[in-house]
Amino acid sequence: MKSDSLIRIALGAYLLIFFSYLLGPLVVMSLTAFNSSSFPSVSPWACFTFEWFDVLFNDRHIREGIYYSIIIGIGTVILSVSMGLAASIVLTQVWPRLRSTYYTMIIAPILIPGVVLGISTLVFWDRLGGFLGATEGSVLHGLFHNGLFLTILGQSSFIASYAMLVFVARLQRFDTGLTEAALDLGATHTQAFRKILLPFMRPAIASAAVLAFLASFENYNTTTFTIIDYKTLTTVLAQKVRLGINPSISSLAFIIIVLTIFAALTLEATQSHKRRREAVAQGRMKPAGKSILPSFMRGNIAAIICVLLAFVVIFMVTTAQSYSPEMCKAEVREARQLEIQERIEALNAARAEREATEEPTSTVTDEQAPASSGAFGGVFDPGNLSTDTAEPEAETTAPAGGSGAFGNAFDPGNLETED
Amino acid sequence: MSSGVAVNLEDIWIRFGDFVAVRDANVNINGGDFFSFLGPSGCGKTTILRAVSGFLDPSEGRVLIGGKDMAGIGPNKRPTALIFQNLALFPLMKVWENISFSMEVAGIGAKERRKRADELLDMIALEGQGDKLPSELSGGQKQRVAIARALCANPDVLLLDEPLSALDLKLRQHMRTELREIQKRVGITFIYITHDQGEALTMSDNVAVMKAGVIDQIDSGHNIYDHPATPFVASFVGENNVFRGKIKSINGNEAIVSTNRSGDLLSRIAPAQLGNLNVGDDAMMFIRPEVLKLGPAEESSKSTISADVMNEEFEGNTFSVFLEGDGGKSIKMSVPNAGQDHISSRGENLSLHYDPSNAVVMPAGELASE
Ligand SMILES: Nc1ncnc2c1ncn2[C@@H]1O[C@H](COP(=O)(O)OP(=O)(O)OP(=O)(O)O)[C@@H](O)[C@H]1O
Ligand SMILES: [Mg+2]
Repeated sequence: MKSDSLIRIALGAYLLIFFSYLLGPLVVMSLTAFNSSSFPSVSPWACFTFEWFDVLFNDRHIREGIYYSIIIGIGTVILSVSMGLAASIVLTQVWPRLRSTYYTMIIAPILIPGVVLGISTLVFWDRLGGFLGATEGSVLHGLFHNGLFLTILGQSSFIASYAMLVFVARLQRFDTGLTEAALDLGATHTQAFRKILLPFMRPAIASAAVLAFLASFENYNTTTFTIIDYKTLTTVLAQKVRLGINPSISSLAFIIIVLTIFAALTLEATQSHKRRREAVAQGRMKPAGKSILPSFMRGNIAAIICVLLAFVVIFMVTTAQSYSPEMCKAEVREARQLEIQERIEALNAARAEREATEEPTSTVTDEQAPASSGAFGGVFDPGNLSTDTAEPEAETTAPAGGSGAFGNAFDPGNLETED
Repeated sequence: MSSGVAVNLEDIWIRFGDFVAVRDANVNINGGDFFSFLGPSGCGKTTILRAVSGFLDPSEGRVLIGGKDMAGIGPNKRPTALIFQNLALFPLMKVWENISFSMEVAGIGAKERRKRADELLDMIALEGQGDKLPSELSGGQKQRVAIARALCANPDVLLLDEPLSALDLKLRQHMRTELREIQKRVGITFIYITHDQGEALTMSDNVAVMKAGVIDQIDSGHNIYDHPATPFVASFVGENNVFRGKIKSINGNEAIVSTNRSGDLLSRIAPAQLGNLNVGDDAMMFIRPEVLKLGPAEESSKSTISADVMNEEFEGNTFSVFLEGDGGKSIKMSVPNAGQDHISSRGENLSLHYDPSNAVVMPAGELASE
């Protein structure tokens, strides 16, 4: 008995840890999107704000990146789903002894590093262009050096293999007798494919399409080589990380997370509705009784959560229109300034005391509070900790007005050196 | 409704690699007939049907439908419709769409298709169920939908691959009569496959009995039962007591068989084997359990077998009596139930009589394994 409950507790703890490991980063990232602090952070919490969404929507690079990511995603979905479907059907038709060789060949692209695929796509089409005699400026040359074209091909070369795996799993459950039945009833091979096999594959095609789109959307390794003069969301983000990020990326992450949850809930809700309807039709389940909920939502938790979530999002968007964090921000700024002021005064006092005993030299003069959003950024910059604190004057007397202006004020090292 | 069309299989051989699935089959099926292929599992029945419907080409020989050679004509171009062993209803289509699929692929509009489907649904007593999915039907209903779907294509020949095998006994019997009625009504040729002899005998005009790729006998159900041509047919169709022995003498269409354990017995020679039996040949003699009659114990002749009762079973319409003859030869006799309490008692010695014209002898050969 005792060990039983012990196991249960251990299991619970394990699940807790597992899910915090899985979801914790996402939650933290989502929260940082609403903190006015200019570096993505949760603690200390400055002000609740929607401004990072504004920043995001006004960022031309991110907008363009998303735009091209979607275009490439759509192209990749079309190409890789059709290639994957064809490959999987060939797999069922091919001579049994060839099957495993064929299978290995077809899934090989999954095993090849994306970087290699990217480079080889680039090189292959360049050489192919040269081989076909495409000269600089010709249409063919333009196509073979077009970032969108190359990225779609490069990504599809391995995403098609993923799609094929999805299709093979579904095809294994297909009764070829159905195709024969269709043929027997006078259907042509095309009709049998379109009316029997394709509808059967539809769920797999949908999953493969979603999978392909997501794989394309998040791909960086291959894209970074093939994209050339275009950009996708991933390449834009990669660039941004290099230059230093702000919470507008968190707000993008938040939007993506919400969309994902929304899609998952909608799917679950419709499927649960369908299952219910079938169960009722077969008499396995009684139809739901009278309720104030519309019939779709009865006994359908996913649907209820989905609708609630929709309300929350609508509420957030409307409040975002009217809510202004300026008041709070001003307060925080004031509080900060006050605090800094106090620190400086305390420092000054200490210094004055010292100078009184020794010899007066310099004073800290900077009291200016820059209004830019990055004003407090340096506060949390761990780099500050290692800055040379032997000469605090040199830094504090040369405020740049930008980030890092007050960094040293909070540097514990500062205080120590003064002793 | 199209009327029946003849189907002829001429010297058909079907091979899968080295394996011969069908060996030199010659079958002539008259237009409008209900023709059955009967045989144990794996004997090549489905294979023959697939050759008729066009899913595989015979390695040798010709398939003629309505006198036309079908070589090179695909399944979608042949005037046949096949009802598959597993029915193969389209799971994602509604019942009425299933039924009218052949019209859909022919490009006929939805309204007309629906109308025809509803007519057929009426015929199979499923009116008003057209909007269900196949998964929402019972086994027997699926069965009927499969039949309606095949009939909707207006085939000249309907091929049925053990369509009743998945049903329970009551439903199977019901569907037998129903199928037979449908066949009479539409008047097209039915080619029916079964390993259930009762099914073959009750429904068919003619039956072909198959054994491991070879057709042993083609005849009416009645003749198959009463005049089996080979030991296999004799032992596969219905029940039979087998007596092995050698031919002692032949007189016209009768022969005396010197059996291994039961003495000399008189029997009619199987008509199909009349010229094939000579004195001294290894032979098999068959006597059906219902042909054996009880007689006075003392009388002994060339149509009497003496045996001890081992066991007796009541089977409703008959009593089955299991006996042991000389040398441990087991014999079965069935006696109609006419209200008796029992037929015999255990250990009793009985003298079993039969009419020699109801027994049949033929050259020894392979028996159907139970
Ligand atoms: N495509 C094939 N390749 C190789 N052998 C096959 C093939 N199809 C059938 N066979 C063989 O041919 C023989 C006859 O098969 P068939 O399906 O015609 O049997 P059946 O009489 O219909 O049996 P059942 O009553 O069990 O349906 C079997 O031994 C089977 O293994
Ligand atoms: Mg079969």
